[in-house]
Amino acid sequence: MNLFYGHRRYAEMIPDAPALAIDRLTAGYPGLPAPVLREVSLELPPGVRAALLGPNGSGKSTLLKAVAGLLHPRSGTILIYGRPVGACHHRVAYLPQRGDVDWRFPVTLERMVLAGRYVHLGWLRRPGEEDRARVRAVLVKVGLEQLAGRQISQLSGGQQQRALLARALVQEADLLLLDEPLSAVDVASRRIIDEALNELRDQGKTILMATHHLDRIHEDFDLAFLLHDGALRQVSRTLPILEGA
Amino acid sequence: MIDWLLEPFRFSFMQTGLAAAILVGITCATLGAYVVLRRMAFIGDALAHTVLPGLVVAYLGGWSLFGGALAAGMLTALGIGWVSRRGAVREDTAIGVLFTAMFALGILLMSRVRSFRDLSHILFGNVLGVQTADLAQMAAIAAGVLLTLFLLHKELELTSYDPIYAEVIGLSADRMRMVLLILLAFTVVACIQIVGVILTSAMLVTPAAAAALLTNRLPRMMGLAALIATGSSLIGLYASYYADVASGAAIVLTCTAFFGAAWLIHTLRTRGAAGG
Repeated sequence: MNLFYGHRRYAEMIPDAPALAIDRLTAGYPGLPAPVLREVSLELPPGVRAALLGPNGSGKSTLLKAVAGLLHPRSGTILIYGRPVGACHHRVAYLPQRGDVDWRFPVTLERMVLAGRYVHLGWLRRPGEEDRARVRAVLVKVGLEQLAGRQISQLSGGQQQRALLARALVQEADLLLLDEPLSAVDVASRRIIDEALNELRDQGKTILMATHHLDRIHEDFDLAFLLHDGALRQVSRTLPILEGA
Repeated sequence: MIDWLLEPFRFSFMQTGLAAAILVGITCATLGAYVVLRRMAFIGDALAHTVLPGLVVAYLGGWSLFGGALAAGMLTALGIGWVSRRGAVREDTAIGVLFTAMFALGILLMSRVRSFRDLSHILFGNVLGVQTADLAQMAAIAAGVLLTLFLLHKELELTSYDPIYAEVIGLSADRMRMVLLILLAFTVVACIQIVGVILTSAMLVTPAAAAALLTNRLPRMMGLAALIATGSSLIGLYASYYADVASGAAIVLTCTAFFGAAWLIHTLRTRGAAGG
């Protein structure tokens, strides 16, 4: 028997529902009267890799946090595969900016990535051999298998970002939310993250990634959303959108 | 040599004292790993002071002093958790505000009690004056705290270094923090009445701080901290017996010596790594 975190887990996807449907979302932070996002609506079909663009302070992180369930919307709705936020925690993986983790904490890389299995284990169950095997396989995929026993502060910035991605991969989420995963990351890490994301898309997973890097938008993304000052400015499949930014 | 080692423990007060010090040491040191890693070093001191109003109320009402202290400690723990939930107020700020308020409330109430001496033993405990009943109570609390730490290990660990990820998978970091604060309230209240405020505070911080310098895995850090606490209790009691000094103070200073040694090892190691 599993005692899962939160309530109502493992709700089935609604067939043919978009991976993410946001309807007139207004959201902000407690204590700040002005909302950061105003009436944002967007729809993300399954199996695409989408970019979330916009200058600093335009609301990219806020949007990802609202979808991840870290912020309660002031109004509007968010549906993930047809279900409300929190109905199915394991389906959504969120990669925070690196600053949100206490990297000096005494855990090894392997143990940190193993935490990606916790959502499937719930209370009182310990990770088993199968969970560890998944972690090892994912560490090979992101090129960190040699560093499995390292304490997490002894990884470079790019390696830490790959570690966060690895944790999302062992979680086997269907919707991945990434907040600036390529900022301050070395070329090798960038390439590895890129390949992993493409592979995920090929498996039918959906990716929404906040990014500053505009140079490879055409090649790497199927869809781009441009946020400006908390409102959705433009949705684009190709990219004449840069003039707007 | 054997005689020298065994001699102090021919006395039953030394035996119960050692058992008490080891129980306190293991519980505080293990829980202390979180205290150190989550930067709550003053929580032990703070909780120890906040039990005062509970003691006074229990004393005036003729109820169990332990019950009164526990109620006050629990109230403070829940108050700290509630005021600082969702990061509205920083945790150290909440600790500072609540602990001074509770202590002041205790003083205020105490100005209505004639004799403070009746209460002082529960705040400043004496490891060599421990009764068997105290020992049984401490053993029960130690078992409860260690079992909880064991069963909730992965959740407490994850919420300590990455509360955001925990929230995303539906695991409330605020709730886990509350669990820790409740465990701390139980531990501190039980420990101060048998070993006093200073030894309790020291056991919560110093062994774990020393262990943190020597390992980068949490379970090892907990084990090492418990070992340091146990060793310090033993060495401290010998020092107290043969050199005729205060036992609690001897245990605290032995812990400090272990910390100094750990710090030295850590410094030499990192310098070695930088040089090589």
